[in-house]
Amino acid sequence: MIRTEIVKLLVRPRTWITVLLLCLLPFVVAIFLATTNLAPPPGEGPAFLSAVLRDGTLYPAAALAMVVPVFLPVSVAVLAGDSVAGEATGGTLRYLLVRPVGRTRLLVAKLVSVLVFVLLAIAAVIVTSYLTGRALLGGGQPAAVALPGGTTSLSGTPLTPTDLFLRTLASIGYATVCMLAVAAIALFLSTLTDSALGAALGALAVLVASELLATLDAASSVQPYLPTRYWLAWIDFFRQPIFWRDIDRGLAVSGVYIGLLLLASWANFMTRDITA
Amino acid sequence: MIETQALTKRFGRVTAVNGVDLEVRPGDRYGLLGPNGSGKTTVLRMLLGLVYATSGTIEVLGQPIPRRAARVLPQIGALVEGPAGYPHLPGRTNLRLIDAAGPSGPWRDGGPGRDFAFWRRGSRRDRRHRVEQALERVGLAGIDSRPLKAYSLGMRQRLGLAAALLRAPRLLVLDEPTNGLDPRGIREIRDLLAELNAAGTTVLLSSHLLGEVDALCTRVGVMDRGRLVVQDELDALRAPTGRVLVVSPDAGRAAALLDGRVEQRDGDRLTVVHPDPAQLNAMLTAEGLRVAELAPQRRSLEEVVLEATSASADRMDLPVAEQPFAGPAATDPAPTDQAGDRA
Repeated sequence: MIRTEIVKLLVRPRTWITVLLLCLLPFVVAIFLATTNLAPPPGEGPAFLSAVLRDGTLYPAAALAMVVPVFLPVSVAVLAGDSVAGEATGGTLRYLLVRPVGRTRLLVAKLVSVLVFVLLAIAAVIVTSYLTGRALLGGGQPAAVALPGGTTSLSGTPLTPTDLFLRTLASIGYATVCMLAVAAIALFLSTLTDSALGAALGALAVLVASELLATLDAASSVQPYLPTRYWLAWIDFFRQPIFWRDIDRGLAVSGVYIGLLLLASWANFMTRDITA
Repeated sequence: MIETQALTKRFGRVTAVNGVDLEVRPGDRYGLLGPNGSGKTTVLRMLLGLVYATSGTIEVLGQPIPRRAARVLPQIGALVEGPAGYPHLPGRTNLRLIDAAGPSGPWRDGGPGRDFAFWRRGSRRDRRHRVEQALERVGLAGIDSRPLKAYSLGMRQRLGLAAALLRAPRLLVLDEPTNGLDPRGIREIRDLLAELNAAGTTVLLSSHLLGEVDALCTRVGVMDRGRLVVQDELDALRAPTGRVLVVSPDAGRAAALLDGRVEQRDGDRLTVVHPDPAQLNAMLTAEGLRVAELAPQRRSLEEVVLEATSASADRMDLPVAEQPFAGPAATDPAPTDQAGDRA
């Protein structure tokens, strides 16, 4: 079942169009940066962008910072919202269940396919932005050559290529966990309704509300528990030394959301009448 | 094969299925009839573990449902409320996906716990073979790579049947199996079901088409407003009525001869109350009367069903008190009015 879910994900044109669009955004930004040479001043605009003009090898991290706040969660919410509700609307849910595919297995397979999508999308963004970064911005900057191993961390100290690679991997892992929290919200709503659109929009509504509260001083009491609060904490992997506090909290908050919502989805799906 | 006891399902305040004792025996071709909205589909969904009963028990292939659904379902082929698939994929790919999604082939004894049959999918060649065989059975062996969304309703219906036949099921549960097929297609599917039944497959189908059930089924259940109001052998339901239909050019003289026994005369046609058609025939011919047709009258399935059911559930009449022109005619919804789509 898990394998067929992944096959279904991969043969679906929508998957590849989404991945392509996710990759296109950093590419367009890179073209603008390379042609104008106008980076946002440090501390403003998306993270890392001020640094990438000097050093293109940081561009994958900058690209991640571009897609993680909005585009990636939107695509994850659409995919996970569609996962059960879409099958229900299409009528295939009943045929899968009488095949039979156990309801728990179906949920797990859906979750795994969302996970595969997130990893696929992030990997595609990292690879394409690394290539564009090297080609348009960075490759062989004198500044990079001056320091052996080249790249500087956000704190100004140099990072070796191995270090950079490991830190990038760690940020991918962290971003994936955050996206799984989005997926868990959408999957839960997807087991509640037969409307894929409703589930996706519901999940997005939760994220937008969370983002809004995160900027509101009056809501500071709930801010540590908002699902989006620590989304960009993976940037701390690029500090020297790594600033663990927000990363740890982010993992804990996401973990709680994932655990509770998956449990709720499971309980709801197991006891639900499939009338679609 | 299937046995339910006092099966009841409520959706909120609506009782969709009410105290149904369904009994399908091995080898039956069981036709579940009833007006739209009478609860047929909900019963089938409960048998398949898709919808959970509010109360009552279900046993399919001797196992309780939904508790043992994982063990029972692999032996069942099902078509529930129309075929479905992934519209952007070709029919063959759709079948392969649905085939690969679940456990393969008929279950060996013992089920999943015993020998990890759960994880045995069968080889790729087995699966391909199974899909081709199912396609051939329903007359789709030659389908090309057009996506499902380009299929006609009849082709989708055949594909749905192919999906139901994938695992050489012991029991077929089919909801409106000939929906969307043309007369030739209906005939083909009927022959296919009869053939499978002869080979030992029990068939339970629901339909609101009386002709279909009449032509195929050996046993009939009729549902009305959530209740199973009739359940019997088709032959028993269509028992002779004790009347004989006679067509004779000498109908006038025959009527005179049979005075008192003729219930109705319509030109050449007589309806005669007589227990023995052969004796009646001998009597008429002995008098030198010419007989063009003579046959015992049987209750038609339509009469049985109309007698047992009330107005269509998709008909929404106002309660009597609220009807603007409440006359005596309106208070009594004529049972013969089967027009389905008035609301």
